[in-house]
Order: sequence, then C-alpha cells, then structure tokens
Amino acid sequence: MTLTSYFMEATYLVASILFILALKGMSHPETARRGMFLAEGGMFAAIVGTLIGSHIVTWVWIIAGLALGSIIGAWMAIWVPMTAMPQRTALSHAFGALAAALVGVGEFLVHANEMTAVTRGALGFEVMLGALTTTGSLIACGKLQGIIHGKPIQFRGQNIVNLLVALSMVSCFVFFWIHPEAVAFFYTMLGLAFVFGVMLVIPIGSADMPVVMSLLNSYAGLAAAATGFVLQNNVLIIAGTLDGFSGFILSVLMCKAMNRSITNVLFGGFGAVIAEVGTANAGGVMREISLDDAAMQLAFANRVVFVPGYGLATAQAQHAVRELAELLEARGVTVKYAIHPVAGRMPGHMNVLLAEANVPYSSLYEMDQINPEFPSTDVAVVIGANDVVNPDARDNPNSLIAGMPILEVDRAKSVIVLKRGQGRGFSGLENPLFFKPCTTMLYGDAKSSLSHLAQAVQHV
Amino acid sequence: MNPAVLIASVYVFALAAFLGYQVISRVPPLLHTPLMSATNAISGISLIGSLVLAGAAHYPLGAHILGFVAVTTSTINVVGGFGITDRMLKMFRQRKPEAKPDTHEVAK
Repeated sequence: MTLTSYFMEATYLVASILFILALKGMSHPETARRGMFLAEGGMFAAIVGTLIGSHIVTWVWIIAGLALGSIIGAWMAIWVPMTAMPQRTALSHAFGALAAALVGVGEFLVHANEMTAVTRGALGFEVMLGALTTTGSLIACGKLQGIIHGKPIQFRGQNIVNLLVALSMVSCFVFFWIHPEAVAFFYTMLGLAFVFGVMLVIPIGSADMPVVMSLLNSYAGLAAAATGFVLQNNVLIIAGTLDGFSGFILSVLMCKAMNRSITNVLFGGFGAVIAEVGTANAGGVMREISLDDAAMQLAFANRVVFVPGYGLATAQAQHAVRELAELLEARGVTVKYAIHPVAGRMPGHMNVLLAEANVPYSSLYEMDQINPEFPSTDVAVVIGANDVVNPDARDNPNSLIAGMPILEVDRAKSVIVLKRGQGRGFSGLENPLFFKPCTTMLYGDAKSSLSHLAQAVQHV
Repeated sequence: MNPAVLIASVYVFALAAFLGYQVISRVPPLLHTPLMSATNAISGISLIGSLVLAGAAHYPLGAHILGFVAVTTSTINVVGGFGITDRMLKMFRQRKPEAKPDTHEVAK
C-alpha cells in the first residue's frame, strides 16, 4: 500500500467513528445538531481521502457531478417546505439507491471477469435492492406529492404477478451468479428489479406510508452496505448498515403502532375491502358545534390537548394551532400536544411540523405519556386525525384496525373534531368517536377554523 | 474476494448492525424525521464509490457516465440531506424561560 492509500483508509476510519457519534447525538434534541456537524466533517474527510488516495485521472465527470449535485442538493435543502418532508425523504431514498445500483452496474462493466463468487453475490444484492428501492421510492414520492393517486392501486391476481416478478428476478440473480458470462441475465435482473419496485409500492395506500418510508430507508441503506462488500470498503459497510438498521427499527416501530405485520402492509392492500365492513356501527348523528361555542369551551377549560394528524399538514395549519395554543396559555390553560407514532406520512412528521411553528418540544407528548391524562382533560381538539383516535381499534375486535394502539381522546370530558367534511378518513373506516355524546364536530378547512377560533377566543 | 477479507467484512457488518441497533433505539420519536434524513445523508457515503467509478484510470466511458450520474445523485443526498437535517434540528427548541411556570413535566 502506498502512503496515500493509508491516508485514505485513515479518513474512512475517522468518518465511521464520526458517523456513529452523530447518531449517538440524535438521542437528544440538544446534542443532535452538534452530532450532525461531526457527521458532515466525517463525510468531507472521506471524500477528500478518496480523491487523494484512489488514483483519480479523469476529473471532468467528478467535478461536473459534484457541482450539479451540490446545486440541486442545496436548492432542496433551502427551499423544500417542511410539509413536503415525506416526499423529499422518499426522493432521497430513490437517489441513494440509484447511486448504489449504478455503482454496481459500473463495477460489473469494469470488473465482471475478475469477480469471485462472493463479490458477485454481493453485487447482485446491491443492484437488486438498489434498483427496486429506486422505483419504489419514486412511486412513494409520487403518491405523497399527489402526482399518483394516493389510494391503493390494485387488480385481480396482483400478489401472484408480484410473486412471479420476484421469482424471475431472483432466478436471474442465481443464474448470473452461477454463470457470470451470461451478461443478459444481469441486465434482465436489473430490469425486473426496477419493475418489482413499482409493483411493490403501487398497491399500498397513503395511510401506510410511514411503514413504506421506513422500509425503503432500510433497503437503501442495505444497498449501500452491499456496495461496501463489493468494493471491499468498510466505511460503506458501516454507514450503509447504520442506515439500513435505522430504517428497520423505524419499520418495526411503525408496524407496532398500527398493530400490523410488515407482510400485511406490503401485501394486505389496506383500504380496498373496507366499504362493507365499516358501516355496521355507524350509529347516531354527528353534532356540529359553532365557532363561538367551541371558542368558549376552549377558553374556559383548564386542560386542552391538541391531537394533530395528516390533515394538519395538508391544511398547513401548524402555525394557526400554535397561535391558538398561545392565546389559551395566556389565559392560564394548560396546553399539550398528543403525537401518535403514525400520525402523518412518515415517522416523526407531526413533531417536525409543530417544531417549525415554534411549538417547544416539551409540549409534545408521546402516546404512552399522554393517554393517562385524557380523563382529566377538559377539551381534546382533534385536527385532521382519524384512525389514530378511532375507539373501534380498542373496543371492537372485528374492526379492521382492532388492536392498533390509539390516543384515547374519547376519555376526555369533551372532544372537538376539526374536519374538512363529513367523509371518512384515508382508510375509509367509520369512526365511532364522531358519534359519541361528548364529541362535537367543527367542519371546515383546519387552518381557517383554527385562526377563527383564535379570534373568537380573544373576544371571550 | 479472499475468505479472510470476507470474514473481516462480515465482522464489520455485524458489529455495525449491533452498534446501530443500540444507538438508534435511543433516538426519541420526537426526532424520527431528522433521524431518517440524517441516516440518509450519511449513507450518501456511497459517493466515494461513485467518485472512483467516475474518475479512475482505464475505465470505459460507459462506467464514467454511470459514475457521473451516481456522483450527482449521491451528492444531492449528502448536501441536501445534511442541509435539511440541520434546518429541522434548528427548529426543535426548548420552551422559552419566560413562559408560564406551571408546566410540570418535561417531555423527554
């Protein structure tokens, strides 16, 4: 080894350590930013190390790629609104996975003849995972952005078609692994992986996006780790594995928060079969409440809990809710926010939105912390959330979401539900909460409802 | 890849997985979105593989072009990912000191 290669390896070691320290810093909001600076330093060191240590001769493509990527990346970092964070994240999973897949194809172009069986295996994984994550994430991004319809897209025999695609992809992989000279199989595998990614995500409804996002995160990371095996590069293995495991842990947490298994999310096609089941318990009428009455209730309450859902994000109502909360706090009302783990479209979505609106994170409560407090809560205000507050999940063993842990707002003394119209939520389930005697409905766009409430509270 | 290198790589993988599990399960749900975008930026380290593909000696033009695309997308992830993570983390703040005193518990 030459001196420069030693230098390069040293930067990789430093980068690995800094990445781990960065993730350790993520355990608290106070230390998280400092941690990320460490990771940025590590990344910079690894890039410089690579440029010095790996005998680069052609600089044109590198400089062009770095410049173009930096411009687009910086543009995204500055301009993407917080409400679009799920789409942005899905897109970045696609980019990361595409890079892994392309590096794999490039390695194949250059070194196909000198690869050992182990390297070929790792290469196959890298290319398959990378390609299917690329298209899968693009579909997820399209659904979140609203370019593709958010409802599950399903057809008869879908699971069989998917299975066939998956099987052909894996057979191509095996064949290529045994016969490395059969180039056609490698490219067929690549093509099938792109198709499989699409097939995997189109049947999944928007409400399941938190799980899908986490899974794609995991795949993108594992693809990077496989790249590390192919290139025999430890920092790639470490960073990819950290990413892969982070995605995996989040998927498990999200599944737990919906009481569903990963296979059920991927192959269950939630949201399509529901119409007949839901109407059975649609008893009673929904009582509407006027703005002034709602404002009166809030203003004279002791304890108010806001329960945000995806509707808060679509209505961009995070600032309006914070303004209302501040007015209430000025009157001596204790205000808390209850955050369900799968509220929104990605893990932690609501926390980021409320943080953007300057809500201090000490007011944000997790499900287990806030549930015991609902009985002593005067008013629970549900803003564009539905399934996560559906008492059927707890009370009705036949419900499709039976067993899903919920925010028990129905135990509060009174509940005000802010809702756009009388329709059902994303899953299409009827929600008995809306018919309870303690519940009143406030129809309209969440943002304007909240700001009108704030005005009304000022005049109480 | 000779067996010794493979075994060493598997060790690295297994230890990183173990360490990742330990470190990441301590991240509070509050920070799950920044966590996802941070790990994403970190796995943009595949940039270093792309750099070699884009610029190494004696590679065919096709490899350079694939490398160029890979450099671009992973740079987007690195720059965009770190940038957005920082923007998000800046927003998470503790309650201001002059706020009313009767907030008893503090969320972890």
